[in-house]
Amino acid sequence: MLRPESEAELAQIVAGLTAPVRIRGGGTRGVPGPDAELDVSGLSGITLYEPGALTLVAKAGTPVAEIETALAAEGQRLAFEPMDHRGVMATEGTPTIGGVVAGNISGPRRIQAGAARDFLLGVRYVDGMGQVISNGGRVMKNVTGYDLVKLMAGSWGTLGVLSEVSLKVLPKAETQATLMVSVPDAGTAVRALSAGLGSPYEVTGAAYDPALGQALVRIEGFEASVDYRAEALSRLFAPFGTVARLEDDPWPGIRDVTPFQGRVGDVWRISVKPGDAPELAERCKAEALLFDWGGGLIWALMPEGADLRGRLGEFAGHATLVRGDRTQRAMFQPEPAPLAALSRGLRQRFDPKGLFNPGLMG
Amino acid sequence: MDMPTPNPTVLAKKPRLVQRLRQVLPADAVIDDLSETRAYECDALTAYRCPPLLAVLPSSTQQVSDVLRICHEEGVPVVPRGSGTSLAGGALPTADSVILGVARMNEVLETDYDNRIIRVQSGRTNLSVTGAVEAEDFFYAPDPSSQLACAIAGNIAMNSGGAHCLKYGVTTNNLLGVTMVLMDGTVVEIGGAHLDAGGLDLLGVICGSEGQLGVVTEATLRILRKPEGARPVLMAFDSNEVAGACVSDIIKAGVLPVAIEFMDRLCIEACEAFAKAGYPQCEALLIVEVEGSEAEIDDQLTRIIEIARRHNPLELRESQSAEESARIWLGRKSAFGAMGQINDYMCLDGTIPVSALPMVLRRIGELSREYGLKVGNVFHAGDGNMHPLILFNANMPGDLEKCEAFGADILKLCVDAGGCLTGEHGVGIEKRDLMLHQYAAEDLEAQMAVKDVFDPQWLLNPAKVFPLSVSESRRAVQVAAE
Repeated sequence: MLRPESEAELAQIVAGLTAPVRIRGGGTRGVPGPDAELDVSGLSGITLYEPGALTLVAKAGTPVAEIETALAAEGQRLAFEPMDHRGVMATEGTPTIGGVVAGNISGPRRIQAGAARDFLLGVRYVDGMGQVISNGGRVMKNVTGYDLVKLMAGSWGTLGVLSEVSLKVLPKAETQATLMVSVPDAGTAVRALSAGLGSPYEVTGAAYDPALGQALVRIEGFEASVDYRAEALSRLFAPFGTVARLEDDPWPGIRDVTPFQGRVGDVWRISVKPGDAPELAERCKAEALLFDWGGGLIWALMPEGADLRGRLGEFAGHATLVRGDRTQRAMFQPEPAPLAALSRGLRQRFDPKGLFNPGLMG
Repeated sequence: MDMPTPNPTVLAKKPRLVQRLRQVLPADAVIDDLSETRAYECDALTAYRCPPLLAVLPSSTQQVSDVLRICHEEGVPVVPRGSGTSLAGGALPTADSVILGVARMNEVLETDYDNRIIRVQSGRTNLSVTGAVEAEDFFYAPDPSSQLACAIAGNIAMNSGGAHCLKYGVTTNNLLGVTMVLMDGTVVEIGGAHLDAGGLDLLGVICGSEGQLGVVTEATLRILRKPEGARPVLMAFDSNEVAGACVSDIIKAGVLPVAIEFMDRLCIEACEAFAKAGYPQCEALLIVEVEGSEAEIDDQLTRIIEIARRHNPLELRESQSAEESARIWLGRKSAFGAMGQINDYMCLDGTIPVSALPMVLRRIGELSREYGLKVGNVFHAGDGNMHPLILFNANMPGDLEKCEAFGADILKLCVDAGGCLTGEHGVGIEKRDLMLHQYAAEDLEAQMAVKDVFDPQWLLNPAKVFPLSVSESRRAVQVAAE
């Protein structure tokens, strides 16, 4: 196993590679690929944290938990709320910040605060030729040259091996509240969530669990403000169903799709326009569903090997096979020909020898 | 600032090109008369001018595709243009290029409040996007100062920001999808009303690529519900350092204002003389704005004012009325105009870590004395995006060059302090030759590889972003292809 301890060593290893590798951070997200592993967890540690500038820089193999602890000590957090895949993937190990960035992993707050890619200020990575490349930086506004930062977020290692990432962080909310609306179906749920998200009350989570018939809405901030908005939203939701304030915090469970944990089957993640969600979810004929992002994200638990993309047919959005046999079915939604050509062109330029997670993204 | 020598082969093609373009566009959409092409000779970086070979004003994606296909076949460079408000020379033509203006494509194609999106043609102005949805109390968040005039196409090309991006982000955070035409005429759809990319985040790299990867003709944008209210507070301090420390403390305290604007003495005095906003005379002024219901605003401002008091402000003025709020913003919003009253000025756009603010301001003051040119500072302090305004006299020989050298020194200072050359205006030609100060050769090579994939012949806006010496061999392909 290849396990560099520094960026320079990583570059040296990559320059000497003659066969493809699977890039591994904490190994918790079940990325398929060659048996040979390039383990980045040796590149670890927070290199800079300036709470007053809302900026944190860390080596790619730094455990997410270490970052969250450091942030919590200053009353801050990763606002995009990265999902922990261990439960649903039945994996062990330590999720790393590099893995979060490489997969553009975001949670419920993505709907309001933005995705991992929106909080990524800079990257350093080693390309397929073994060169260390830097893009972006550590400041919040930066349009100097092309935004390779966004391109690296969600590239799942296929364009380069991340060695360091720079993130914008945000203050942690003083308190939060969750409103639960009892709704009969997905259509009502999405309409209710849309009403919440289209209100001035800054909803930071908007989910629907069909198994419980509950639409859930989160608000965060200073206590008085949260109370005020909870009141206002309760009135807004009244026409959709009974409204109650939930005592428990359901959001970590929604983030990590806990209702699917321990259940057999393939797990899919479908990104759509929220208004399309009820009808598309119907087409899945899934064993279980969970809606996040106001309906814009559908989690579907499907029978093993089911052709979900076939069932969905043509639709605006994309479906990712998160858990299942990815030797039989592509993990990512196949792109239309002209886009596939551009993506292939980029991979060929960034990783001409096809060393990094080959075949993963087409 | 050098531009490449025009390619004589392309210049000689003008009659043939005009003829071919008139076959796919209405007669009035192909502008070839020098008296009219002169209207496109520059953007808001007016120190540099050059009329293009010709200008075209297509009114549909199909027409854009036809134009690009023809220019591609003929090997003619194309410079896309939104409203021409770039401060970086992003839309500056060369004599052998075709200006492709999207101004005639300004329709709203779809508004969808339930899904919180609007789809517009890219020539639509930034402010009129908000105009299209404000009756329903929605708005489009990125608000560059030029928002009355600037087009969404240019906003996407430069990844424009604005005063309120501390809370709402910049263009890239509010852009969900585009219809884009590649240089060979291929029309691609990227993204849409859904969130995040299903494959590589092509949208992310297109936004901010300064019109070098394709011509965006339509865009799907995120719209947001307006907050119930907003209120600014004005704070006066007797030094830049103290104001900078106050900004840092506000951010650390967990209150995230929607905007924190900073002005120094020269700017304050200029604004006061110009707009009579009633600003206190002091070394540094902050405008901090928060949003929400009346009670929420009160709560947040109480916290902010408490922090500010610890820094011994000379004055704290919380707006008591909509009229007073407007007056507080009036000065800030007329800052550029006010500085223009004093003299010609050059507006810079470097970003620095907020913590480096006092050091960078001090050093700019020293440089100002060394160069003998005055500089005013007005900027988005919450995110460290500075806008030093260097005053010079365009009619005095050598003054522009001196100003540019001073500007370059300030931008290098920003990079050395851990920041970057440009926070929201873009590189264009203005910062092109400084790119090697921020990036190593291989970093630029990686960026240029992206252009190689989207535009292998380097025909789209080719002389921008990358130092000419660095992009030379690639631009030579275009000539060799003749």
